[in-house]
Amino acid sequence: MRSFEYARPETEAEALELLAEHGGNTAVLAGGTDLMNLLKRDVIQPARVVDIKNIPSWRGLKPQDGGVLIGANTTLDEINEHALAADYRSLIDVIEGIRAIQITANGTLAGDLCQLPHCWYFRNGYGLLAMQDGESLVATGDNRYHAILGNSGPAKFVSASRFAPSAMAWDAKVRLVTLARSASEGADAVAPKEEWLPLDYFFQTPKVNSQGVTVLKPGQLITHVWLPAASDTRSATYEVLELCGLDQPQASAACCLGIDGGIVRSAKIVLGHVAPTPWIAHEAAKWLVGQPLTSDIAETAGRMALAKATPLSHNDYKVQMAETAVKRALLKATNQLGEIL
Amino acid sequence: MATELKVAWGPRKDNVYLGKEITRLDGVEKASGAAKYAADANPKGCLFAKVLSFKGGAGKVKSLDLSEALKVPGVKAVHAFVKEGDELQWDGTLVAAVAAERQEQAEDGVRAIKFAFDAMEHFVDEDDLKGAEAAKRTKDLGNNTKGDVEAALKTAAVVHKGSYGIATISHMCLETHGSCTRWEDGKLIVNHSTQNVSGTPANFVSELQKQHNISVDVADVTVLCQFVGGGFGSKFGADDWGAAAAKMSKEAGRPVRLMLDRATELKIAGTRPSGFADVTIAADKDGKIVAWDSHHWGTNGGMKGGTLNLAQFPYVFDFENRNRKATGLITNSGPDRAWRAPPHPQLCALTDTAIDDIAAKLGKSAVDVFLANLENITGPALEKLIPTYTAEIKRAAELIGWSKKWHPHGKGGDGDVKRGLGMAMHTWGGSAHAGTCTVRINPDGSVESLSGTQDIGTGTRTAIAMVLAETFGITLDAVKVRYGSSVYPRSGPSGGSTTIGGVSGPNRRAAIAALGKLFDVVAEKHKVKGNDLTAKGGKIWSGTKEICTWKAACGLLGMMGIETTGEGPKDDGLTSVQVGGVQMADVSVDTKTGIIRMNQFVAVQDCGLIVDLLTAKSQVYGGLIMGIAYSLTEEQILDNKTGRYINADMENYKLPRIGDIGELIVEMYQPDSEYERGVIGLGEPPVISCGAAISNAVANATGVRVPTIPLTPKRVLDALKAAKA
Repeated sequence: MRSFEYARPETEAEALELLAEHGGNTAVLAGGTDLMNLLKRDVIQPARVVDIKNIPSWRGLKPQDGGVLIGANTTLDEINEHALAADYRSLIDVIEGIRAIQITANGTLAGDLCQLPHCWYFRNGYGLLAMQDGESLVATGDNRYHAILGNSGPAKFVSASRFAPSAMAWDAKVRLVTLARSASEGADAVAPKEEWLPLDYFFQTPKVNSQGVTVLKPGQLITHVWLPAASDTRSATYEVLELCGLDQPQASAACCLGIDGGIVRSAKIVLGHVAPTPWIAHEAAKWLVGQPLTSDIAETAGRMALAKATPLSHNDYKVQMAETAVKRALLKATNQLGEIL
Repeated sequence: MATELKVAWGPRKDNVYLGKEITRLDGVEKASGAAKYAADANPKGCLFAKVLSFKGGAGKVKSLDLSEALKVPGVKAVHAFVKEGDELQWDGTLVAAVAAERQEQAEDGVRAIKFAFDAMEHFVDEDDLKGAEAAKRTKDLGNNTKGDVEAALKTAAVVHKGSYGIATISHMCLETHGSCTRWEDGKLIVNHSTQNVSGTPANFVSELQKQHNISVDVADVTVLCQFVGGGFGSKFGADDWGAAAAKMSKEAGRPVRLMLDRATELKIAGTRPSGFADVTIAADKDGKIVAWDSHHWGTNGGMKGGTLNLAQFPYVFDFENRNRKATGLITNSGPDRAWRAPPHPQLCALTDTAIDDIAAKLGKSAVDVFLANLENITGPALEKLIPTYTAEIKRAAELIGWSKKWHPHGKGGDGDVKRGLGMAMHTWGGSAHAGTCTVRINPDGSVESLSGTQDIGTGTRTAIAMVLAETFGITLDAVKVRYGSSVYPRSGPSGGSTTIGGVSGPNRRAAIAALGKLFDVVAEKHKVKGNDLTAKGGKIWSGTKEICTWKAACGLLGMMGIETTGEGPKDDGLTSVQVGGVQMADVSVDTKTGIIRMNQFVAVQDCGLIVDLLTAKSQVYGGLIMGIAYSLTEEQILDNKTGRYINADMENYKLPRIGDIGELIVEMYQPDSEYERGVIGLGEPPVISCGAAISNAVANATGVRVPTIPLTPKRVLDALKAAKA
């Protein structure tokens, strides 16, 4: 890989300064589980890598505002083992599905949310949108793993985050910080700027290569993820994984359900790996409310969630996979899903 | 009178080591990391080389300028594999190499190379026969006919037409291809990741002469390889990159280590050719196949236009009425190299699937139909195996519980997940390769074997030690096995399951000759007859009378001890040829996601006399795991649009994890009649039947044939959808 500066701040203020320099051409190293791949393949060329693992305030889980605050340094194993996370079943489902100690011991929730697409054109150096001579390589090339929803624009990759569907279903918020100009301190002065953003608004579908897959600006990062109170919400994630080990899901779905008297009172369903962003199935969730969650109802919800799918030339099969993921996530959340395989 | 000992294996019941489960002698070295591979070689002053490889479908070199690379700090040597005007015919073709003090400096050097090319038309779709014909990318590889297929089809009880296929896969050696080369006093020393220690010096010499006009005598080249991190048929030569490393090493006056990066390894270090077939198969009411008509095509990469050998198809069986035709596709993809049991896994995957489909059409169990067709096995070598196949099919069926679990195709359950059984059968030669060795009995009682063989992970070192310990009646730790250097007596390449016969025969012969000489000395000293002597339990015996200890006997030898030479193969019964083997798979298929999970996988395998039962079983376990990989997930994916090998990484070149393997049940078929056959190679056979057995199990579960292996979720769902339409 190329040479880069390595920085190891110990405070938030130091980190923000280090990230803001080099015009923001910096990369955050938390678990580093995907960053190393990107660097080795020369997909990204940061001037500086900022290792944030030594910032104590960004580590661990703690109660906050009735919910749970998870620091950006917290590893997936730490989340999995923490009592405060136990009620967020859909997140635990994802951790259990990773089945790779290298990732769970080092990887972080915030890092996963910021993961860049695994699209093979992108990783082979064709750019995020994989355009060549004004034409999408994905559209006419091998798109078996690409988007089946939200793919009418130039972006046809799928969102790589495995945790976004569940975290979004929980209405998670993320704390974003950056150094921003501070008018009160003088023309050149900068000061940390904090923002709490609902995760639903964190992801974006780029229209040009220079846009990112999230709203993060250069030098900006997630420091914490906040989950609302779990209360008695039922949740689950179902990932379609080809391999019984480290593998990218080919489709996934997560849901949070409020159920009272056997009837669904509230529902949120989010799909993963089917669109350039995590995909909220608004209509299917709305339709669920007021109904008992039976196997047939779950199946119908799955079909509704994919009703507007626009598969590409080689990925029609993903529609059924994603429908099945929705159905099984709903059944899993209500303890109705038996062992599949 | 000199002692005359008969060259043979001893009575099976008397064996102390042979046929027993002996842990491999280098297990701890390997598991602890102490074992040193070519990729670990780091002699003083070593430079590290990285390659620039072509990224495209096909192109012509417009310009190539390495001068900027030489200016990069740390860079000490560069090499161009191509020149202006050269055509680059597949993704990954080597363009240049850079050797530097540090690996990252070499990468900086690679990035500094100025390289431009003009894109050319490419064709990479290996199963698109019509597209290939339209693009004039086919080669007629002939056809031939036996009997009268048309007439047989008219009178057959059932006729089935099916399409079958098996995709190209790549060699994926854990230790990528490469070497560490250095020159000392005009002599070349190479730590080389190879299956061919004795044969590679001459290959280095010819490649250096041909490619770089560097002259060196074969006698001045030493190839060293104690451990290999995977080869499976792809590591027999010096390779262009090995010769380039030696050239850069000479120029820089420093050792150079050049191991291919993972992507380049997948792209150019050898593929297993693909095969696709349209088959018409017909049987009588009892399931006996009466007609076969096939047209198969595929590619062996490298713009060669080859595919599976016409003469080997159909596989194992041949039918009274048979037409066959083959077409090669000329694709812009990396060239093939022998891949474990070439090309039997593909032949089996295209034959035994069609047999399974005709069984299904008759509503019969595949076991019954395969048994009914054993009489369709022809030729002297294979006909002898019919009793073995019969026994193996029956035993495998018992082990997997076939009669209890079997159901007609498509009756695999009511839920989303369907379960099914499938079987397939195979054959392989496995004769001993030519090889020599030296065996020494030292005056202190220690014993040495020296040969220019290699242990490619199969347990060769352990097997040699066992043969000598058995022959001399001593313990394993008294035997020192020296191999992995071309300085030692020449031994054959480890390919085609030829090594176990290639080392056990010569070592047994040399050891028996040495033992005869030792007995001469003992007989003279103790006034007994040499021909009455035996060596067992660390002692020399005359009948039941103990004469002396092994050590005392060796002490009579004087300073020089005994040294003998063994050769092979010979027609003395120590080694033999041709095995069978049967496999049965029990799978579950999630029909909603297309995911397949292995429940059980049974292998019953013969291989003549087994030297080490433990490493023999390990071979079969490894074969099954490798087979599950190519059956379910592993394939080379070439993108039609860019012509690129788009999944040349560990994420998307999907290999199974331990959880994907299911329960493996391995039984070595070893009645006394097998022992009497002598030693036969075992490396290839267990990987052959996997594709067909698993595909057949999926067809049994779902009632739908997924035509092409690997049976990815996409292919399963696409096939289920097509069957519904």
